[in-house]
Amino acid sequence: MPIAQNLNRRALLKMAGGLGAALLTGCDQLTQDQTVRRILGAANPVDQTVQRALGPNALAAEFDEADLSPKFRPNGSTDPDNAAYQAAAGQGFSDWRLNVTGLVGRPAQFSLADLRALPSRTQITRHDCVEGWSCIGKWSGTRLSALLEKTDLKPTARYIVFHCADALPSGDFSPPVPYYESIDLNDAWHEQTILAYEMNGQDLPVAHGAPLRLRVERQLGYKHAKYVMAIEAVESFANIGGGNGSYWADNGYSWYAGI
Amino acid sequence: MPQPSPKLLIRRHSAVTRVTHWVNALCLAVLLMSGLQIFNAHPALYWGNISTFDNPLALIGPFPGWATLPSYQDLASGRLWHFFFAWLLVINGAVYLLASLVSRHLSRDLLPTRAELAHVGQAIREHIRLRFPQGEEARRYNVLQQLAYLAVIVVLVPLVIVTGLCMSPRLNADFQWLPALFGGRQSARTVHFLAASGLLAFFIVHVAMVLASGFWNNLRSMITGRYAIETGDGHADRAKS
Repeated sequence: MPIAQNLNRRALLKMAGGLGAALLTGCDQLTQDQTVRRILGAANPVDQTVQRALGPNALAAEFDEADLSPKFRPNGSTDPDNAAYQAAAGQGFSDWRLNVTGLVGRPAQFSLADLRALPSRTQITRHDCVEGWSCIGKWSGTRLSALLEKTDLKPTARYIVFHCADALPSGDFSPPVPYYESIDLNDAWHEQTILAYEMNGQDLPVAHGAPLRLRVERQLGYKHAKYVMAIEAVESFANIGGGNGSYWADNGYSWYAGI
Repeated sequence: MPQPSPKLLIRRHSAVTRVTHWVNALCLAVLLMSGLQIFNAHPALYWGNISTFDNPLALIGPFPGWATLPSYQDLASGRLWHFFFAWLLVINGAVYLLASLVSRHLSRDLLPTRAELAHVGQAIREHIRLRFPQGEEARRYNVLQQLAYLAVIVVLVPLVIVTGLCMSPRLNADFQWLPALFGGRQSARTVHFLAASGLLAFFIVHVAMVLASGFWNNLRSMITGRYAIETGDGHADRAKS
């Protein structure tokens, strides 16, 4: 303690400042360490297990027309820079087809009219962006379960992958990579999981993912893939994209976005 | 240790209190800084269920790099830190609460008696003059300590945890009443921010009081458990405390 008494206030402040700066740099290095990231990321599957155990078949809250957001913010891609997509959009997606492939007994292509003829669902739900904001919108679309029944999903399938028309950056100097997303069967068979072709009673706008966007209401906004062009049933997503199951999971975000 | 006045080393804090105190301090520091990182992804607060972008409740920040974890903008990494240490905070808090209920630490040391509550006004006046209980009176937490610690343990930390759970879309489905408790998810986010601000305010006052009432003695008591009190007439030799 005598040593302590000799320390004057300025030295203490200096020490605290130096310690603070060292801590900040140290924390940034820890953040970039792959082992640390793996340990921190280990919380995510725990969240998934606990959250699902607490309400295996829970429905996301549904709202009234009066609750609709006057301005629903579009996020991520808002107009894919993709010639084939732009051509399809120019024709109102009349020649557009959704490809269903992979571990299904009857691979098939669906026009928008085909999709509209399948069992549908309309829901007014809150969209929670990973950034922190929320908007309420009304979505109508084909139940994913109906599509999986129609194409006869095989028992070996564990994930449904959504391949999209948009591309996003993959690091500072690389060309953009195609956006993709995946969900497991827990969400795929869920009553509120739909492929929306309408938003707020109108054809889905381009900014919100025309002609088709996934709604997986019990997860954050980034799971709700826009511009869905093809659906692939797989046993593992190890060989798709960066191998983590989605564009955002390949870029450091958690695959499970229920939190 | 040459001391001019006789001092008595008492056992101030149990091992559980000491260990959970420092784990809690680490958790709150990481959660606050990673929380500011997450907040910076959309530095605005709203009331109700949705974000009224043109009419926010408050526009705050963005917070500078020295206050966030990591120091550069990286929402994905902020979330990694936040959700790992949130579990640690909850587990650590549960250990503390259970042990403190069993050992009666909560009822014996933290719950103020009627007589202690009657002296709140006097205690505030003495704290403002930086006069702290000495001698026999320093064996127990004073009433302001009791109230401040209880506010953290039974109000602020539970509130920050519950409002944090309201941010999860899956938990919102599992328990639809959860965000409704606070008037909607965006209200819950605002209350989460306010509760975290309350914890920061507590931290600032807590550290100031630790410094003012005998830094090394307080620090030692939270490390080894031993706390020195004056013996004899109970008058303070404050220069040495």
